[in-house]
Amino acid sequence: MSTETTHDDHHGPARGLSRWVFTTNHKDIGTLYLLFSLLMFIVGGAMAMVIRAELFQPGLQFVEPQFFNSMTTMHALIMIFGAVMPGFVGLANWLVPMMIGAPDMALPRMNNWSFWILPFAFTMLLSTLFMDGGAPAGGWTMYPPLVMQTGNAFPFLIFSVHLMGISSIMGAINIVVTIVNMRAPGMTLMKMPLFVWTWLITAYLLIAVMPVLAGSVTMLLTDRYFGTSFFDAAGGGDPVMFQHIFWFFGHPEVYIMILPAFGIVSQIIPTFARKRLFGYSSMVYATSSIAFLSFIVWAHHMFTVGMPLTGELFFMYATMMIAVPTGVKVFNWVSTMWKGSMTFETPMLFAVGFVVMFTIGGFSGLMLAITPVDFQYHDTYFVVAHFHYVLVTGAVFSLMAAAYYWMPKWTGNMYDEKLGKLHFWLSTIFVNVLFFPQHFLGLAGMPRRIPDYSTQFTEFNQISSIGGFAFGLTQLLFVYIVYKTIKGGEKATDRVWEGAEGLEWTLSSPPPYHSFTTAPEVK
Amino acid sequence: MSGREVDLQAANRRTIRRLLWVVAGMFGFVFALVPLYDVFCDITGLNGKTADGPAEAVMVEPDLSRTVTVEFVASVNENMPWDFRPTRVRMQVHPGKMYRTSFVARNRTGQTMVGQAIPSVTPGLAATHFRKTECFCFTEQKFEPGEERDMPLLFMVDPALPEEIEEVTLAYTFFDKNKLLN
Repeated sequence: MSTETTHDDHHGPARGLSRWVFTTNHKDIGTLYLLFSLLMFIVGGAMAMVIRAELFQPGLQFVEPQFFNSMTTMHALIMIFGAVMPGFVGLANWLVPMMIGAPDMALPRMNNWSFWILPFAFTMLLSTLFMDGGAPAGGWTMYPPLVMQTGNAFPFLIFSVHLMGISSIMGAINIVVTIVNMRAPGMTLMKMPLFVWTWLITAYLLIAVMPVLAGSVTMLLTDRYFGTSFFDAAGGGDPVMFQHIFWFFGHPEVYIMILPAFGIVSQIIPTFARKRLFGYSSMVYATSSIAFLSFIVWAHHMFTVGMPLTGELFFMYATMMIAVPTGVKVFNWVSTMWKGSMTFETPMLFAVGFVVMFTIGGFSGLMLAITPVDFQYHDTYFVVAHFHYVLVTGAVFSLMAAAYYWMPKWTGNMYDEKLGKLHFWLSTIFVNVLFFPQHFLGLAGMPRRIPDYSTQFTEFNQISSIGGFAFGLTQLLFVYIVYKTIKGGEKATDRVWEGAEGLEWTLSSPPPYHSFTTAPEVK
Repeated sequence: MSGREVDLQAANRRTIRRLLWVVAGMFGFVFALVPLYDVFCDITGLNGKTADGPAEAVMVEPDLSRTVTVEFVASVNENMPWDFRPTRVRMQVHPGKMYRTSFVARNRTGQTMVGQAIPSVTPGLAATHFRKTECFCFTEQKFEPGEERDMPLLFMVDPALPEEIEEVTLAYTFFDKNKLLN
């Protein structure tokens, strides 16, 4: 009898809250990750609204400078570790097993853990907002000696970063093991969908650099509480060393946030261009090259610390070299669209928007890579504009594209196409109103991370703030669209899109709770 | 359990083990970077760090045809309540010749305090060519309440200093050692 009960458990989800708390199902965990990511996107976005409200006018209007600095710091930590990374991990959980014909992730129990650590990590981080001395305000990069001035929030900051790191490492190990060992017969490496490829490489990057972040924040912790002097000059340490170690993690981290986006776009564009992806193998090699190069360019974040000429030159050329594989990718996407019979459903709109606007961010990155020019741009709004183009119109737009593209598969319901298009156009218009003027602010010399500014920057800041509020509001529309799609809507077909290729489209919409329990044959 | 599943479990375990080694290795690597960084800076003289201990007094022929300007900067860290200044702000020196100057520090507080001066040379590449045979920065300095002291510095600029460097700045920052111990 008891075996009978256990047997039943394997067929459908448990009911109620315990389904979500104890689940080991990759689809459930994927959903949890994605919803968590959306929640953090709203929380981090609300902080950005505080920043833009304060910067609407010169002078101090709404918040204290200390709180303003907390907002920039927390906004970055939450968006990077809470919104973008869990968003991609959620997609990997949902899609990797379905794309390679595996029944589930390789380590389902660990999968549950790697998700459920995150709410604790972010509760800890967000609780610092209510502590003596305020939330961390020294910037998400946690540079000493400034970060040492953090009040009671300091250990909470360090341990929440540790938890995020542990979660990412476990998630990454799970993804690598799944992809390496659990592909369906016939699914050779070079037949894998590009999303799986980019995630495989991303997971390796995570495994390599998250321990580096963990180590560097551990050093901060011991410097503060246990009398070590890793970064304290008085005891023979060196604060610049933190910057080297941090960016040795930080630069690969940047690619952790964009490689899965490349994968998503490489899935979507062929579908709506109704052509095979142009240059599949060159895409794989380009992704690997970007991953390799990410380890030897870290010091371009710190050109102004006083490096010798040879160092500056090496990091400048190495950085510029990244434009080559990235260019290969952009040209491949364009070539895929070339002479395709294209249609522009919402996912395609976001994907094409990604290609155009990510490239703008790429070009401003090239400008920043030029050492002598970087001396002027360093720590100005030009840098802010650059990384928001690659992260918002890059990573976040790809997440939106992915949500629209696969949501009919996940829920079985089509999203509202009209609202989806409206969401895209409002987002695209206002994200440019928001971030494009910041290029000009940076070139004119406005420093980042300040609550007040010189009056000549007022107009561009006002334009930027208006764009910011409108972009923020538009995202509430996205929340509504997601809600509406989950609730119901026109039933989606199994293949959903006319031009969709891949194993996940051979399953029903929504897919059964346990899919590919017998491996499919891949020809 | 079928044979395929057993094989899969073994393969999974093998892959996990390898990946965990990478994680452990990278975590160790961060800590290994600390001594490596110091060694790298010592060898190359990057970062403007000078030697921690006294340099040997070597006899070299002074290069009287060349003059290098040495500037001295003194500052205190954060809220350290000491006065600290060089007795001479600028000196014209010949490479290879030994010079003597001093810095004056005063403990403004009513407590005994221990400070540590940390040197830094700009441009960074000149650091290895700046030889200090005697310096208050090699040891901790203990100051009684209100004590003022003149602290000597004996130095020589190495004739091997690259030609293009005409000006060298030596900056000291006094750190509060007590605060570090608390």
